[in-house]
Amino acid sequence: MLVFKCPYCGIEADETELSPGGEAHLKRFGPGSSDEELEGYLFNRENPKGVHFERWRHVYGCGKWFHAARCTATLEVFGTYSAQTFGPPKEIIDIIKSKRPGWKWRNLG
Amino acid sequence: MSKRLPEGGLFIDRNKPIKFEFNGKKLSGFEGDTLASALLSNDQVLVGRSFKYHRPRGIVASGSEEPNALINLGEKEKFEPNQRATTTELFDGLKAASQNHWPSLNFDIGVVNNYLARFLPAGFYYKMFIHPRPFWKYIYEPFIRQSAGLGRAPSQKDHSQYEHFYAFYDLVIVGGGISGLNAALTAAESGLKILIIEQTPEWGGRCLVDFSTIGDETSAEYVSRLVSELKKFHNVTMRSRMMGAGVYDHGYILGYERLNDHLAEEDGPRHRLWRIRAKQIITATGSIERPISFPSNDIPGVMLASAVRDYAVNFGIATGNKIAVYTNNDDAYRTAITLNEVGVEVPIIVDARKSGGGALAERAKALGIRVENGKAISKVFGKKRVEAISICEHKDSGKGNEKIACDCIAMSGGWSPVVHLYSHCGGKLKWDEKMALFKPDSSAKPTSHDGLPFVTAVGSANGFLLIQEVLKDAREGCLEVVEASGGKVKKESFKLIEQEYENSLEAIWIAPQDADIKKRSKIWLDFQNDVKINDVELAAREGFESVEHTKRYTTLGMATDQGKLSNINGLAILSSSLGKEIPKVGTTTFRPPYTPISLGSIGGSARDDLFQPVRKTPMHDWHENNGAYMEPVGQWRRPFCYPQAEETYAKAVEREINQTRSSLGILDASTLGKLLVTGPDAGKFLDMLYTNMMSTLKIGRCRYGLMCSENGFLIDDGVVARIDDQTWLCHTTTGGADSIHAHMEEWLQTEWWDWKVYVTNVTEQYAQIGVVGPNARKLLEKIGGVDVSREALGFMEWKDGNLGKYDARIFRISFSGELSFEIAVPAKQGLAFWGELIEAGKEFQVMPYGTEALHVMRAEKGFIMIGDETDGTVIPQDLNLDWAISKKKDDYLGKRAQERSFMVNPSRWKLVGLETLDGSVLPDGAYATAEGVNSNGQKSTQGRITSSYFSPTLKRGIAMGLVMNGPDRGGEIIEFPKIDGTVIRAKITSPVFYDPDGEKQNV
Repeated sequence: MLVFKCPYCGIEADETELSPGGEAHLKRFGPGSSDEELEGYLFNRENPKGVHFERWRHVYGCGKWFHAARCTATLEVFGTYSAQTFGPPKEIIDIIKSKRPGWKWRNLG
Repeated sequence: MSKRLPEGGLFIDRNKPIKFEFNGKKLSGFEGDTLASALLSNDQVLVGRSFKYHRPRGIVASGSEEPNALINLGEKEKFEPNQRATTTELFDGLKAASQNHWPSLNFDIGVVNNYLARFLPAGFYYKMFIHPRPFWKYIYEPFIRQSAGLGRAPSQKDHSQYEHFYAFYDLVIVGGGISGLNAALTAAESGLKILIIEQTPEWGGRCLVDFSTIGDETSAEYVSRLVSELKKFHNVTMRSRMMGAGVYDHGYILGYERLNDHLAEEDGPRHRLWRIRAKQIITATGSIERPISFPSNDIPGVMLASAVRDYAVNFGIATGNKIAVYTNNDDAYRTAITLNEVGVEVPIIVDARKSGGGALAERAKALGIRVENGKAISKVFGKKRVEAISICEHKDSGKGNEKIACDCIAMSGGWSPVVHLYSHCGGKLKWDEKMALFKPDSSAKPTSHDGLPFVTAVGSANGFLLIQEVLKDAREGCLEVVEASGGKVKKESFKLIEQEYENSLEAIWIAPQDADIKKRSKIWLDFQNDVKINDVELAAREGFESVEHTKRYTTLGMATDQGKLSNINGLAILSSSLGKEIPKVGTTTFRPPYTPISLGSIGGSARDDLFQPVRKTPMHDWHENNGAYMEPVGQWRRPFCYPQAEETYAKAVEREINQTRSSLGILDASTLGKLLVTGPDAGKFLDMLYTNMMSTLKIGRCRYGLMCSENGFLIDDGVVARIDDQTWLCHTTTGGADSIHAHMEEWLQTEWWDWKVYVTNVTEQYAQIGVVGPNARKLLEKIGGVDVSREALGFMEWKDGNLGKYDARIFRISFSGELSFEIAVPAKQGLAFWGELIEAGKEFQVMPYGTEALHVMRAEKGFIMIGDETDGTVIPQDLNLDWAISKKKDDYLGKRAQERSFMVNPSRWKLVGLETLDGSVLPDGAYATAEGVNSNGQKSTQGRITSSYFSPTLKRGIAMGLVMNGPDRGGEIIEFPKIDGTVIRAKITSPVFYDPDGEKQNV
């Protein structure tokens, strides 16, 4: 039963108010892309024990999608941030760097 | 003989006798009794039968760790199985019955298993019943099902009320013993918002029983002072009869409050489940005494020493005339001393330690009690009740050299801290070799969202068993927690309480130490599940090295007490059998809830009408008042059909279809999803969402559209109407309204967030009515208003205007193949408008029709239905819907995925119509068989039925299905085997069975 702070409405939202949306920062591949690119976009997901970036929606609240950076092993939350971005903001990267030295996630870390 | 003592009993009121029944026998106890203490006061020591061997079982413990005294409680709608007698408070008229025996508790046929015990070793069921394979399903399982299981399932609906309660605290303290009370008092002055809970009705925990004085006060004065001081703090909430059931992520903790279980008549909710968010949690959950593993330690009368003491002090009960004490630590001497004080004979204290006990042992000896050091109980005499013991040297194989008469044995194998709540959310344990216990590792506490610890164990739950250490730890642990949560308290110096010298415990995992195999096969670890030492040893020999595997193989600790008594003893045996140290073997996983909680409390008030909201259309009541047979469609209720008098549903559906096709029918279509998509980029957005082009749709026109997932599969369909330059109204399926709305929001918020589009779900703002049939236009013209002539409102057009006094938006669309209008009016006008249509339609014999008629009519026309023709693996091309896929667009959701090789494979199963040769109706979901077999040896298939109905229009069975290369195989006959072994043969046709040229709708 996680709690995330919704970056839009500022509420500390209980997991029952939220719906999960899987891995964050996927790049869409449409017509013209290769089979490998499409496969990666549709199916290949990170499954780390540790730092992870996810999409959540404050569905029984303000209705907004947002991003969360958390540790899948300890459930520590490093921060939540706007869904309207291509990557995590620097301050959250800095927090993760200080708390999880040597972390890696896709092309981050 | 177990009996009530002439005086004493802290919890009971001897002036208030209470009548109750056990197995139909009328008995009496006192107010304040538990069912267990009341049974013991009536010499009812035998209370149940064990699970596997059906051996007689007596009360062992005095609290929630009780493995044996499980009873069926109550009757009829209040019946509940597997209730622990030790935690069931007695009330007037309580009715209890023992479990797991037939025909009676005293004489149980199942005890035959006991004599077969040597043929029923650990894993017997796994080994025995695996062959021959078919035997399991038809012979073994039905037989085992009959004899397995403890309590009966209730036969009536539970009429009690339950509720959930949401709460937020800075600090939750679980446990109202002296650790919890002192921790609460320490934290109280910080001003933090605190909740302290205690699972029993009484505050003070073991303190009242174990100590006559604490400091300068009696222990009763001490506890009541702590409680009254705490009550002065407005920031402290105290709740007894409330158990900490589980600790979860990010400070979530479940409290289980039993409000009415101790009352004869319920007053308000029976149980309340507290769903609490706490910044910090302190577990002051105490510890549980362990049994000693000695031969025949399962005979009724063998009890925990602490329980014997509890019954004496709290309930004024002597659990026997002569009570022998068997221990490996000093604490059990308290039992002997207490019994001596209340006048019960203690014939012997058997102390496994060569060195014997400390100060308490000296006191016992001074009272004249015989103490034997370095000894073991080698045998227990008696079957349904302890009659005598024989003792021998502890370091011996078990040849008894002295027989001592006694009818109760008070045993103590040491104490295990209750680490459950601490462990639920990842707290790690460490093994304390000296005290032979697992205790919380303070360097590896459970951590919360901030990565910092949020659960702290204090007192004996933290591995401190001496009172001065307990009080010191409660205070220090609490100060740490208060500081962590930002509170401040004065740090007064702590006054130490004097403590008698106690000699340390000596771990004994098997007694006598060198017991032979015959003895070991009579030493019980798990009383309820009948797991013995030799079972665990066998598991180890057979290669079960992991404690989790051994648990499941032997069922050790899988009983309803979840191994509260048996786990440590069992894993000690496992570790010695494997030649590993105990911490290397580790414990099994502690999972919530701490003890079972009622299913009612989990459901709370979400039952019956409150289980799920029912969505009603504006015409809902009309349908119900006019005999509609309603079916659930998501959260909606929709009329399936409107049967008249004695009519069957099938006949009603036929009548509705015939009348609609020949004259006039009306349909409540209000549940269809209506999403308003607005903005400068709305057209561009819809072009991405639908497979066809929506941006080019002209104002006033409608277009049927398909939506796919990014994986290419068809997810929804519906008619889109262009309202104005920047606004489109998208109709979705009934079930898709919310999910498609969410789908649109997701893409707008997370991919195309720079596009200027708003989506509004207006589904419930409108009542929508289908007016269908050759006389549809005549009806609307009769009501009068806006021109709905063929010229003024063509097929697939819409217009706004008045119909009578109603504000209507009229869509000329058809899902039945008939001349058809779908008319939306504001929701509040819906019922009146429906009434007017019914009234004005009388001259055309208008009939309301339901969802089944809708389905049959669309199938007659070959229209697909999301969820019938689609199942998440079907693309629009499979349904011959290529005409609704734009060739001009560069992109839409699912386009790239539909280009994959297996999506364009010509042998995909495609939509066809199917006509049975004999006119019968094919079973929905039936498969068409093909030549040959697949890799599993099953018959190959070449297609399946997606929709199947009796068509009243064609007077025969019609079906739609997906068939390999189907559209190219018109006229071919394929076979559909039925479950009864017969085969239906059907001809492949076009899916459009009725009016293929669309002449009926185009008038």
